[in-house]
Amino acid sequence: MLVELGHFALILALLLAGAQAFFGLAGPALGRERWYSAASSAATGQFVFLALATGVLVRAFIEDDFSVRYVAENSNTALPLFYRITALWGAHEGSLLLWALVLGGWTVAVVARVRFLPPAFGARVLGSLGVVSAGFLLFTLCTSDPFVRLIPAVPDGNDLNPVLQDFALAIHPPILYTGYVGFAVSFAFACAAMIEGRRDQLWARWMRPWAVVAWAFLGWGIALGSWWAYYELGWGGFWFWDPVENASFMPWLVGTALIHSIAVTEKRGLFKSWTLLLSVAAFSLSLLGTFLVRSGVLVSVHSFAADPRRGIFILGFLILMIGGALALYAWRAPRMVSQAGFELVSRESFLLFNNLLLVIAAAVVFGGTMAPLIAQTLHLGTLSVGPPYFNPSFLVPIVPLLALLPLGINARWRRGGLDGSGRRLWGSAALSLVLALALSLGVYAHPLPLTPIGALLGFWIVIASLLDPIDRLRRRLTLPASIIGMSVAHIGLGLFVLGITFVQSNTLERDIALKPGGSAELGDYAFRFDGVQNIEGPNYEGLRASVTVTRKGEPVTVLHPEKRRFFVQGSVQTTAAIADGLHRDLLASLGDDVGAGAYSLRFQYRPLIRFVWLGAFIMAVGGFIVVIGRRQRGEGWVEASARAPARNGHAPASAKGS
Amino acid sequence: MSEAVSRYRFALPLGAFLLLLIVLIAGLYHAPEKGIIASPLLGKAAPQFSLPGLLEPMPVQSSMLRGHWTLVNVWGTWCGQCREEHQTLLQIKQEGRVPIYGIDWKDDDDQARAWLSQLGNPYERIGADREGRVAIDWGVYGAPESFLVDPSGTIVYKHVGAMTPEVWQHEFLARVP
Repeated sequence: MLVELGHFALILALLLAGAQAFFGLAGPALGRERWYSAASSAATGQFVFLALATGVLVRAFIEDDFSVRYVAENSNTALPLFYRITALWGAHEGSLLLWALVLGGWTVAVVARVRFLPPAFGARVLGSLGVVSAGFLLFTLCTSDPFVRLIPAVPDGNDLNPVLQDFALAIHPPILYTGYVGFAVSFAFACAAMIEGRRDQLWARWMRPWAVVAWAFLGWGIALGSWWAYYELGWGGFWFWDPVENASFMPWLVGTALIHSIAVTEKRGLFKSWTLLLSVAAFSLSLLGTFLVRSGVLVSVHSFAADPRRGIFILGFLILMIGGALALYAWRAPRMVSQAGFELVSRESFLLFNNLLLVIAAAVVFGGTMAPLIAQTLHLGTLSVGPPYFNPSFLVPIVPLLALLPLGINARWRRGGLDGSGRRLWGSAALSLVLALALSLGVYAHPLPLTPIGALLGFWIVIASLLDPIDRLRRRLTLPASIIGMSVAHIGLGLFVLGITFVQSNTLERDIALKPGGSAELGDYAFRFDGVQNIEGPNYEGLRASVTVTRKGEPVTVLHPEKRRFFVQGSVQTTAAIADGLHRDLLASLGDDVGAGAYSLRFQYRPLIRFVWLGAFIMAVGGFIVVIGRRQRGEGWVEASARAPARNGHAPASAKGS
Repeated sequence: MSEAVSRYRFALPLGAFLLLLIVLIAGLYHAPEKGIIASPLLGKAAPQFSLPGLLEPMPVQSSMLRGHWTLVNVWGTWCGQCREEHQTLLQIKQEGRVPIYGIDWKDDDDQARAWLSQLGNPYERIGADREGRVAIDWGVYGAPESFLVDPSGTIVYKHVGAMTPEVWQHEFLARVP
């Protein structure tokens, strides 16, 4: 009964999303101001019913209600409570519900701040969000209803996919979706601005914090997913250029371009059409990612069951949303652009390069992800695209991007020339070069040709990001949060680059069959296999090996890689043992019994790999600092909007040029 | 005139999107159902494997595919379309012209055995690919998939999706001399 109530709540949420879309878009169009608040109420109601529906499903999971098919397929009485809750998004139907819930959450956040926007503009933003919500809920209800009953009920469920029974993976979807779906908000702002055909640049100011927060969450989500893949899959890799990974990485790249382009639009009124296009593109790529992952059009390690009906529905949704927004762009953007000049060596031109290179990088990923599909459509046969394509092609736009960054952040707006003395900047480059050579030739020998370059770029980005804040502190100038946040984010990028550089060029790995007592050398480290013992967990049994690691005779750690066999689904899973450290990770994973008491084992040494996730994490923190600082200084939403209604009213035609 | 040209510039993204749509739609209609995803393995030797047998303790090996025409069918109890094609597979077994070797993909052994005792067993031998490693070697896209392997162990044809009597007649048997 309760389950039917949840189902009903989901249907009500769909109806309210429809109402939100209608009142939000039709209200301003027909000049009915009362409808504006109706859109806000509908949005709030939508979220309440979505939360209710989700709550009902969570309850069904907690109480092991195996008369619900989705619960029966993804849970089990032996599953620990935490994973019974996170099993909610362990498969397709629940993931969509989570998607809708997160969008509802973002919508309510917009409702909470809508009073700071001109009423008509705010209503249009909510209306645009309503269209997205309604489409997604319709998709969920029509093709992927999580509330379908299983008659007769089964005594016990099928268990959650064992790969998903892990903390990082369990919490990664909500964070990733918060980022993914957050671009719906900047998308809605762009649509509202285009519907009004605004000539001013205030919309960029209103949109900016939303885009930055979405971008930061997406970055966290991707980093968590990569961290999970690293320690859970046990292959030692942290990025596979898998379609599902690319699906989240492309919106991040375009989102990165967007948050830089918005800055130019907000500050100088330039790049308006770029900003609009990037807002549309970031969200389109999120939707496209959903299409690619959920339709089974592309194969990936993450999905194997194809359902073309879902694909057709998502495709229709894509046509409506992306096609509609791009048509709006083609119609409205020409009248929204403004002309203003800037010098070749100015902040603006560096940000223009930043945008171009990031978009090229996204295009490289997009091309690689879509190539198998395109080849198949043109009957060129099946081809698969992997790291051999992605790694080198991705570097082509990214290396110049990184090399221009230290110059760009120290360039002045509008006027030519670099900020402060160029001498400091070149001094920092020289210092970085020394550090890079010391690290790549001294500490970590055997570099690849690109190693010193990567190290140089990483160090230079970190040091150059510190120049401006240090200079301001020394001259006792204020240090606004926007500058702190930017520096923090760029320092994060620099650390990330250092991490990638050394983990790519100085990783050592070895596969070997050992009997207990046997050992293998890996650089300075020796790994000794001490044997295996049987283990038993709540819902699995398996083997645990002991591996003692020494460095130049000194004991370092003892590793316990495991192999687990899960009772219910019978699947076997290898869990690598990792001794982590800021400067290196040591990994051991246990393979098969190769007979005569010997086991195949895999040992790895990965230097600086922690910097990859640490850097990605710090980048996102930088984004949050910018947004929080903006709010505390009363700039941004509050100040801008307090001014805005007076200037613009809610008659779009009267919007003034910049 | 330049005004007009610059206006068209803004329609470029829409045009690019429409092109992409064509690819997506074509991909959707070509892909899983029609089973014409050409495999890079066509015309090449079937990937080697050795899997634990699902019903007998003896392993199922790629060497068993030599010396006669075989149908290699990738299936799993979790896959809805596999249930649909099961009847056709049983008919193929009755025909007796081509033996079917099954790869039970990412499945639970007990469930798989229950499925076979319930629906009948069309397979000559079944290997349990519990971790899906063999399926990766075979370039399996999604269950079910069927491969026609000639006596020299070369993959001659691949069908993605449920096997039907029509597909069996026109695409598979037509290739068997």
